[in-house]
Amino acid sequence: MAKVTLKGLSHSYLKTQSSDADWAIRGVDIDWNDGGAYALLGPSGCGKTTLLNIISGLITPTKGDILFDDKVISGLSPVERNIAQIFQFPVIYDTMTVYDNLAFPLRNRKVPEEEIKVKVHEIAEMLELSSTLNNRASGLTADGKQKISLGRGLVRSDVNAIMFDEPLTVIDPHLKWILRSKLKELHQKINRTMIYVTHDQTEALTFADQVVVMHEGQIVQTGTPVDLFEKPKHTFVGYFIGSPGMNVLPCQIKGNDVIFNGKKIETHQQIKKSNFNKTEVGVRPEFISFSNEGIPVKVLSVSNTGRHKIVDTESETGKIKIIAKSNEDIPSGSAFLKFKKEYTYTYGDSWIIE
Amino acid sequence: MNKTVNQKAWFFVIPVFVLVAFNAIIPLMTVVNYAFQETFGNNVFMWEGTRWFKQIMLSERFHASLGRQFLFTFIILFIQIPLGIAIALTMPKEGIGVPVCLVLMSMPLLIPWNVVGAMWNIFALPDIGFLGHSLNALGFDYNFTQQIGDAWFTTILMDVWHWTSLVVLLSYAGLRSIQPAYYQAAEIDGASRWAIFTKIELPKMKKVLTIAILLRFMDSFMIYTEPFVLTGGGPGNATAFLSIDLVKMALGQFDLGPAAAMSLIYFFIVLLVCWVFYTLMMRNEEKS
Repeated sequence: MAKVTLKGLSHSYLKTQSSDADWAIRGVDIDWNDGGAYALLGPSGCGKTTLLNIISGLITPTKGDILFDDKVISGLSPVERNIAQIFQFPVIYDTMTVYDNLAFPLRNRKVPEEEIKVKVHEIAEMLELSSTLNNRASGLTADGKQKISLGRGLVRSDVNAIMFDEPLTVIDPHLKWILRSKLKELHQKINRTMIYVTHDQTEALTFADQVVVMHEGQIVQTGTPVDLFEKPKHTFVGYFIGSPGMNVLPCQIKGNDVIFNGKKIETHQQIKKSNFNKTEVGVRPEFISFSNEGIPVKVLSVSNTGRHKIVDTESETGKIKIIAKSNEDIPSGSAFLKFKKEYTYTYGDSWIIE
Repeated sequence: MNKTVNQKAWFFVIPVFVLVAFNAIIPLMTVVNYAFQETFGNNVFMWEGTRWFKQIMLSERFHASLGRQFLFTFIILFIQIPLGIAIALTMPKEGIGVPVCLVLMSMPLLIPWNVVGAMWNIFALPDIGFLGHSLNALGFDYNFTQQIGDAWFTTILMDVWHWTSLVVLLSYAGLRSIQPAYYQAAEIDGASRWAIFTKIELPKMKKVLTIAILLRFMDSFMIYTEPFVLTGGGPGNATAFLSIDLVKMALGQFDLGPAAAMSLIYFFIVLLVCWVFYTLMMRNEEKS
């Protein structure tokens, strides 16, 4: 168990770097507390797997340091770092039984066979694998195999951190949910630092206490699921999290006023500076309502998801999505919209203006 | 659901049947014809029943060449399979080295059999060949045309040179298909290099290795051209493997009946060994 700290971490797969795009990750600083559950969330190719592999020691970063419990471990091998990692698709040793698979990391570390037996049975019990211990591992279903790879990480009681690299990708949807709650339960039971990489917001938000959102190799926001939803610090967080994502529309800043669609609108922040190349206003569909006055729009279509209605509208500046209650009457043709002030933010060059 | 019965579909099989008949069934039936009869030419045949089969099965000459054949095949499999895997393991996995190695490795496979035999014959000649001359200069009494051990040594060396590449290429393909996550997981699990080899690489290579062993078994068991050009089966009969012996009997002595019977026995041995080997490998596969 350990506290994980990343300091000024940058990595490039190229020998020389000329622009920002040459870096897989750049300038990452993270502090993860001992025993926490964290998620790294971002689309494919944002650098989250690279970051994970740097922490586990499979990749050596170009710049920066990794610290476990305030000790620099950047130069250590994966074995010396004593971490566990679960990969996207289940990695099992085909020729071995489930028992031997679980015992493998311990045997490699020359743990006495007696101790191994106790440990393996304990973990198998926890993961509900006890009945299959003597079967060939290759005969199991995908979720069973993924449990084995998870088990191989859990048998070592002294691991510093357990890392998950999109572990539910190959699992059937109905088993995903079970396995996910199993993970959450395990985390509470064994209380070890867990880092979970995914592009699926539901997985990240349900698993983690703290979610780190990555975009093009950078961390755009770290926070609780509620923070990410209610106050996205970057337009990317706005539209990546939420379904549908945040409405992000161009606006102008004149003095201290935000001008949207030709009119001044109220946003959460006080605007003090305005030297941006691009300014946008962002508001989640959940925080927009129909009104008698406000922003004039044309209602394009309404789709009912059962729990609520998603309304597509078009203003002069762009399309706006609204989430309305399923029993709400939706005006047809032209209508007016009102943004909830507390949840409407202004962004300068994609970052929130503080 | 009721399937429509339409026997006309059989007509579509006719072209294939005709082709197979011409290149396999008809020649084979000719051999079968000879195997049960005696002929003195002029298309006169006399029925002999199983006489030639009994004669071959009891003949010491056949036993000797069969023994030599098995010994040769086992030796080359024993060398080529581990050597091929070892070379594949050390080959580069990326960069310019990959195509270079692949091309170099395929070179021996592209050389015609009789050229390989001729090359090695000259290469190994004790007086002027590079190999033969060098060995003698180093103090070894080497002469593959006269000494049985040297003849075997040269034949095996030639086959290893010619065919190990095949095992290398197949193993390399098998190794490259292993996902990097397996190596990463093994590294995290603290597995030794040997454990990675036995627990990950070998099991993942099982299918290509099965193919490699089968191909090398069949090819080496039917080897003819290379030793024929290199040693001609000599000295004496020391390197007269089954096919060399068979050709001697059929075309040298013109014993068509016994030669035909021997061909059939030969054919069935290859078929049987391949079938047993394949079934064993696949049965294991089903279990897992």
